[in-house]
Amino acid sequence: MSSVKEQNSHDGMFAHSAVTLVSGVLFGLGLIISGMVNPGKVIGFLDLAGDWDPSLIFVMGGGVTVTTSTFWLVLRRERPLFERKFFLPTKADLDGRLLMGAALFGIGWGIGGLCPGPAITALATLDPSVVLFVGAMLLGMVLQNLVAE
Amino acid sequence: MENFTPVSALIGGAFIGLSAVIMLAGNGRIAGISGILGGAISSRGDERRWRILFLAGLLIATLLYQFASSSPITIETQASPELLVIAGLLVGFGTRLGSGCTSGHGICGIARFSKRSFAATVTFMLFGFITVYVTRHLLELGV
Repeated sequence: MSSVKEQNSHDGMFAHSAVTLVSGVLFGLGLIISGMVNPGKVIGFLDLAGDWDPSLIFVMGGGVTVTTSTFWLVLRRERPLFERKFFLPTKADLDGRLLMGAALFGIGWGIGGLCPGPAITALATLDPSVVLFVGAMLLGMVLQNLVAE
Repeated sequence: MENFTPVSALIGGAFIGLSAVIMLAGNGRIAGISGILGGAISSRGDERRWRILFLAGLLIATLLYQFASSSPITIETQASPELLVIAGLLVGFGTRLGSGCTSGHGICGIARFSKRSFAATVTFMLFGFITVYVTRHLLELGV
């Protein structure tokens, strides 16, 4: 009996990892295909007064269309396929931390044209500017962690 | 609007959305990169393991694309090294303070009709537009 149980948990673990890896690869491919790994493309969108490139709206639009049309169905289930429960944010109200954090993020995004997903994805190109940005971004995360404690 | 690429943007966006749905349906997690990255730094054990696996997936995507596609991945650097460090610090600190970035708030939060994610998305977009206007048109800092 115990070996059957062990086998099941092993399969569950494998499926869990496979889902995670496939999801990561799809996410990265989406960022590459859409051109969002290129900071120039992102700045092209944020530069309303320049040679404006609205592509990012279509990336968000494509992504949000898929998630909005499916999340509600997924969340009607009692639990996900390979986990005991859904891990969803619990806070519901706006607060200063949220808005201040989003504002600081927006400023950094506007300076470098990079946000966390594209930065990590582009890291594999070993582009020196991306490596530098990611190093600083990790430091920023560690600093926030220290301040929060 | 000569750089506008609506078709590849839509297809890429759909990939990102599909990734988020697979993650939620399979493992019950929100595919928010800053949260996954922050958790990979601060957590231990299984909580750290799946996060590192997801981040590895992002890196593998680049290697797969480079292997399979004839067109190279274009990275046009937008700021000096000094400014990139400032940008990185702000993005790292800000996304953790604000509990999310373009993916967690933008792609996933909006699909959950989260008031916080709507507010965060509007805020970082607005500050992104303002920052680019200030750096590109008032200070002329672009490289």
